[in-house]
Amino acid sequence: MKGRNNELVFYCAPFFVQPNPYEIISINTQKPLTYCRFAVILFPLMRIAREHSPLPGFRLTLGYSVFYLSLIVLIPLGAAFLKTAGMTWGAFVEAVASPRVMASYRLTFGASLIAAVINSVFGLVVAWVLVRYRFPFKRVIDAFVDLPFALPTAVAGIALAAIYSKNGWIGHYLEMVGIKAAFSRLGVVIALTFIGLPFVVRTVQPVLEALEPELEEAAASLGANRWQTFRRVLLPPLYPSLLTGFALAFARALGEYGSVVFISGNMPMRTEITPLLIITKLEQYDYNGATAIAVVMLVFSFALLLGINLLQKWSLKEWSA
Amino acid sequence: MAGVITRLNKAKRNTRAAQDPAWVRWSLIGVSLAFLGLFLFVPLAAVFTEGLRRGVRVYLAAFQTPDALAAIRLTLLVAVIAVPLNLVFGLAAAWAIAKFEFPGKSLLTTLIDLPFAVSPVISGLIYVLLFGAHGLIGPWLMEHNIQLIFAVPGIVMATLFVTFPFVARELIPVMQSRGNDEEFAALTLGANGWQTFWRVTLPNVKWGLFYGVILCNARAMGEFGAVSVVSGHIRGQTNTMPLHIEILYNEYNYAAAFAVASLLSLLALVTLALKSLIEAQSAEQTQND
Repeated sequence: MKGRNNELVFYCAPFFVQPNPYEIISINTQKPLTYCRFAVILFPLMRIAREHSPLPGFRLTLGYSVFYLSLIVLIPLGAAFLKTAGMTWGAFVEAVASPRVMASYRLTFGASLIAAVINSVFGLVVAWVLVRYRFPFKRVIDAFVDLPFALPTAVAGIALAAIYSKNGWIGHYLEMVGIKAAFSRLGVVIALTFIGLPFVVRTVQPVLEALEPELEEAAASLGANRWQTFRRVLLPPLYPSLLTGFALAFARALGEYGSVVFISGNMPMRTEITPLLIITKLEQYDYNGATAIAVVMLVFSFALLLGINLLQKWSLKEWSA
Repeated sequence: MAGVITRLNKAKRNTRAAQDPAWVRWSLIGVSLAFLGLFLFVPLAAVFTEGLRRGVRVYLAAFQTPDALAAIRLTLLVAVIAVPLNLVFGLAAAWAIAKFEFPGKSLLTTLIDLPFAVSPVISGLIYVLLFGAHGLIGPWLMEHNIQLIFAVPGIVMATLFVTFPFVARELIPVMQSRGNDEEFAALTLGANGWQTFWRVTLPNVKWGLFYGVILCNARAMGEFGAVSVVSGHIRGQTNTMPLHIEILYNEYNYAAAFAVASLLSLLALVTLALKSLIEAQSAEQTQND
């Protein structure tokens, strides 16, 4: 139903937004139905006509974009798949499913998932607080949320390792209660939480800002308490953006290397993440092994990218509906 | 338009129905600040404290070793090459995608985002597979005595890959939202294509462009995983600043490692400051339109 509505809005949009092209027709014919039908035919035609835009440079810019994209991204990525194509199926399976590799998948996927969940919960709280409340230094704090995007991962890695090691500022308190943060799986989760922190905040924030206060007022005047209003009225429109943020944080965490290697301790079977294993294989000149694992990761990342794109289309739809 | 709605909503939200009780407000603010403090402010503070732990002279000495200077030079060189190349691509791609309709447009947009989905380690690996000694065209390169991997060209290529989408993905939505009307007007008034681009399009998207460039630059200077795979870690020759930090750290030379790290942290802080500034400026621009 929603889809049909959207289509309707799509075709009738020129009527509401820019009525002038049809005004003349309506005056002349005085038959609303005729010009409505006329517009429904005309509007898609106008869309096609836009392909023959009078603006110059289409071939040049598109040609250069495709050329540069192929040179920097597509051909090198293709090389990785070509390399595995030369492997036998048995060798491929052995390379991507040995116990050490399996252990690294479990850690990478598990820790990324936990970190993305932590970021979803706290990201929602942070976005809520930044949109709704007023407190000192709010703008500075808002700007700081993007720090993990701007801070080089190696810097984050050594800083987190220093803080959470047993002599560090926080690590030494954790040590007192018997928790080993650095050089353990917990360390991996900490690093991945840092890396994924901005995603949920930045996807939820704009949606939260655009929510209409009338909805809450209506809910309140109908007798809902604050929690009910939040659960039933405010949270549902946030789901698409929340899920997008979660998926982005998860995808980023899967491939992360720089911030993790300093804090994880890199013990095979225990705290060795998959990207590190690729580097280890490469250093042992096991090019086939490294490539096979990389291809498994790539396939998964691309599937995730596709999912995120669909999610964003969905949230855009929710948005316009 | 969106800005206006947001501001309207903000004003309306001060009604009592949308207000949370004070204890909810302050506990949520407390939770947020504790979370951000633990994961953002403490690590940042740790970089500077650890760097200065053994005094200002040790801190400054860390930048004066030949290896450190070579690393800083190489990092700047890589950024100076990579950022403009991706800037030109970003402009071309944004022009094609935002101004024209063509089949395969959404596929192209998705492909531009591809490097963000690829692990940095794999971004480096693919160039090794292409140009390395065992790579597809590695043997041919060896015959002609061309060294790309474990040398500066490899570092530049890996950096180009990881910073590939930044400018394009910032520019495309900005250009799309401006529409084509102003360009049509310029052409009607007799401007040629270049004049239209320089005098009409570029001023309209300048903040989005600047935004993309500083993000691209921050990533280009700070990239670690991809560069680590292709660099070969030759001191004084193929070490960028992040790789230099790793070496110092693994040698237990913590003060020097954190000193160099603090320089990159300053870069990150400048990036964040510029980013907020641009956001404020571009909000003002849309308000004035």
